[in-house]
Amino acid sequence: MTTGPQATPVGAASAATVAMVPPARRSPGLWALAWARLRRDRVAMLSLAIAALFIAVMLASRLGLVAANWDEEIAVSYASPAFLPDAENLEAARSAGIPRPDAGPPVDISDIDPLAPHYGEWAERSAALEQVEGSRRTTLPFGADKWGHDVLLKTIKGSEVSITVGLVAALLATLFGTLLGALAGYWGGRVDDVLEWFYNVFTSIPYILLILSFAAVLSQGLVTIILILGLTGWTGIYRLVRAEYVKHSAREYVRAAQAIGVTDLSRMFAHILPNASHVVLVQFSQHFVQFIKAEVILSFLGLGVPVTMVSWGTMLAEAQEELIIGKWWQLTAAGVSMAVLVTAISLLADAMRDALDPKIR
Amino acid sequence: MQPLTATPTGSQPTAPRILDVDGLGIEFRIDRQTRVQAVRDVSFGVASGSTVALVGESGSGKSVTAMSIVGLLPPNATLASTSRIKFGGRDLVGLPQAQLRALRGKDISVVFQEPMSSLNPVFTIGDQIAESLRLHLGMGARAARDRTVELIDEVGIPRPQQRALSYPHELSGGQQQRAMIAMAIACEPQLLIADEPTTALDVTIQRQILELLAGLQQRHGMAMLFITHDLGIVGEIAEHVVVMQGGCIREQGSVRDIFERPIDPYTRALLACRPRLDRRPQHLPVIEDFLGGNAPAAVAERPRGVVAQDPVILEVRDLCKSFPVRKGLFGTEYVPAVRDVSFRLRKGKTLGLVGESGSGKTTVGLTLMRLHRASGGQALFEGCDLLALSEAEMKPYRRRIQIVFQNPYASLNPRFTVGNILLEPMRLHSIGADNDERIALAQQMLQRVGLPAESFDRYPHEFSGGQRQRIAIARCLTMRPDVLICDESVSALDVSVQAQVLNLLQDLQDEYRLSYIFISHDLAVVRYMSDEVIVMSEGRAVELADADQIYRAPEHPYTRRLLESVPRGWTGERAGTGPAPRPA
Repeated sequence: MTTGPQATPVGAASAATVAMVPPARRSPGLWALAWARLRRDRVAMLSLAIAALFIAVMLASRLGLVAANWDEEIAVSYASPAFLPDAENLEAARSAGIPRPDAGPPVDISDIDPLAPHYGEWAERSAALEQVEGSRRTTLPFGADKWGHDVLLKTIKGSEVSITVGLVAALLATLFGTLLGALAGYWGGRVDDVLEWFYNVFTSIPYILLILSFAAVLSQGLVTIILILGLTGWTGIYRLVRAEYVKHSAREYVRAAQAIGVTDLSRMFAHILPNASHVVLVQFSQHFVQFIKAEVILSFLGLGVPVTMVSWGTMLAEAQEELIIGKWWQLTAAGVSMAVLVTAISLLADAMRDALDPKIR
Repeated sequence: MQPLTATPTGSQPTAPRILDVDGLGIEFRIDRQTRVQAVRDVSFGVASGSTVALVGESGSGKSVTAMSIVGLLPPNATLASTSRIKFGGRDLVGLPQAQLRALRGKDISVVFQEPMSSLNPVFTIGDQIAESLRLHLGMGARAARDRTVELIDEVGIPRPQQRALSYPHELSGGQQQRAMIAMAIACEPQLLIADEPTTALDVTIQRQILELLAGLQQRHGMAMLFITHDLGIVGEIAEHVVVMQGGCIREQGSVRDIFERPIDPYTRALLACRPRLDRRPQHLPVIEDFLGGNAPAAVAERPRGVVAQDPVILEVRDLCKSFPVRKGLFGTEYVPAVRDVSFRLRKGKTLGLVGESGSGKTTVGLTLMRLHRASGGQALFEGCDLLALSEAEMKPYRRRIQIVFQNPYASLNPRFTVGNILLEPMRLHSIGADNDERIALAQQMLQRVGLPAESFDRYPHEFSGGQRQRIAIARCLTMRPDVLICDESVSALDVSVQAQVLNLLQDLQDEYRLSYIFISHDLAVVRYMSDEVIVMSEGRAVELADADQIYRAPEHPYTRRLLESVPRGWTGERAGTGPAPRPA
């Protein structure tokens, strides 16, 4: 047994290493703690569920699982909502009441009419059409628009544009604002001066005018509207992120990082950014809301997405004429969807700010 | 030096009591499930015209107790049903807000810790003092103004006529606190509650404020409830002392009893673990020693000082630093913060750097670390001028000279785990062959500074101030530095924790032969830690000498003034009068 005494120190050493290995339990980080606090907030959880539902429906629509056939004219013009089946629909009645020229013209001019040979064919066709017209529905779950599109499906389809614009534009603005804010706040001095001048000039131009000029230069479309909102919306985020960076750059933990030789880039983004991330996150969600509203306004003004696409904004623009003749459902559907989503995200952002409050240290 | 009170000890049992707190309990509601009992069964009294000190470390419930008297508790606090707060025969518990309001500022007034944040920055101090006169005494505008000038004069602010028209930011910290005191005594209160009134102030200013408070108390015959963590002040100013810990009273008695015959082990520990100007034991006693029941025997004194043969590791010559201040749109003006400071740091020794706020002592440390760019001078580290190196050339030296900052709550990145905090410098400086080796090293360092191994995966917010300072020290140790700059590293800690961290620093110096530059405003701590001491004032080093030498025979008048201002606690001067101590 000569190996015995030799084996013992090895065993002891490995036992020591085992003892050194940290236990599997990872203690909750600040994000986990914030999530735990958020979980306790019922309003926040409800808001989160609503926002998730909207985004899920929007994704399903994007993938063609729902509302793919939104542009089929399946109902009579301004078909009533299902919960108001008896609503008077003069428009549909009028279009139904137009007499069809079932016979030829009152004076027989068939001998000189070059189109005479076709009349029979057309009559057949219009007869077929009449059949389709007859099968159009007079009520839909949430009514129909002027062309007989289902408002519910249209709202779902419209969410695609609205949410995409909100999300992507907010991402763009947040990225832009955070980057510039970080540069200005961290470096200070000349860099800060230049960026502050740029910011001041940028914000001194009236907002709508800026958007109009962008819209005039760029061609109309989804990408354009995202660019407009993203490139004009970064200013608020820039200011807040800059302030955070000014505050944190002077903090001792950043000094300590400098003292051990951490590079500037790493200090900016590995050390300070996670500490400013609550600001960025909350700003992102607030801008998401703001840009959904902005898209609606732009589309309403006719500067938004082209007429071939549907968004909550175009729906509201259409509703302008409809309201005069008392057809309120398209306005309500688009308006309520937007209001619910916007409120949910605003409340969520509010709760997130509370949950992420770094004052708990 | 004159004792601060003329009638030094406990008139407590005989004189009528102006304030009687009985069975006070305070509970805080954190959320739906969690409640925290901040104060439990606290009873004490304040005799009219006397001074009672509430002493304790952070979290002892001393401030909450005081605030409950004036009804200034946060809305989530509730008083226990047993609580009785009798003031002048009236029970303040359950008194309607309107009546409490009439009482506050008139019969009971409060002086807070931070004068800058307690004064409203948009009103002149004259307006703020006059406000309570008009509110409580119903004075007219003119009468209030005249009385205000009198009050400002009484609290010792020069040129009271003009100062009444000054805004808070135009006054120095000491003058702001004087203005706060003028507000507090404006209506001749019967009880003045002073909540750490001198903690934010420099030691010489602290001395002036304490003298002012003692003088005012005698002249106006008011009682004072003095809340502090500093037993040194207590020994000079109080007649009756209440020692609190964790929301309970550990011990109370006359100041003489508390200082000469403390009964409770916690009180004895508090008295012992603070470094003193006249003694320097090998190790400071810590609270655990006392609470364990075995009070430590007298420890041998540690010899200090340097001899000419000690090798020099860092030599600083004529270090200068001035900060640019913008003037107008394009102009820049330079304000000097450090002027021509020279010293030698010897291997394995400690150089103490003392001075009041604004003396430039912290700037010296930061400039040596190149966290500020020096305006002039040299810092020769083993013959190489650190201040002339480029950032890349500096990198190998970075690991050899390190810094521990003041605020343990701010100097650790809250989003990093302790493990990452320790691994980062090792990765940067390629210490350790691979990650496993670094982790093992980090674990070793955690153990060395006295933290459990499972700290590795925790976040800084899960640790107390003292533990965090240990983490900051461990972070420096991973790089095996030769020089460690301690920038007020123990100033934010409670005395008991401070003793532990000081002992740790001392052990590490013995073990690794570290050289320390120990920066502090606390003369006792600097004396305990240092071999040599530099006294700084207004950016200049006014005196540099052996630690013992400088404390025994200060040469510069500023050093002398500084040393005279240090609160000495209970001294023989006050012991001569007053009732006999309680039997042992």
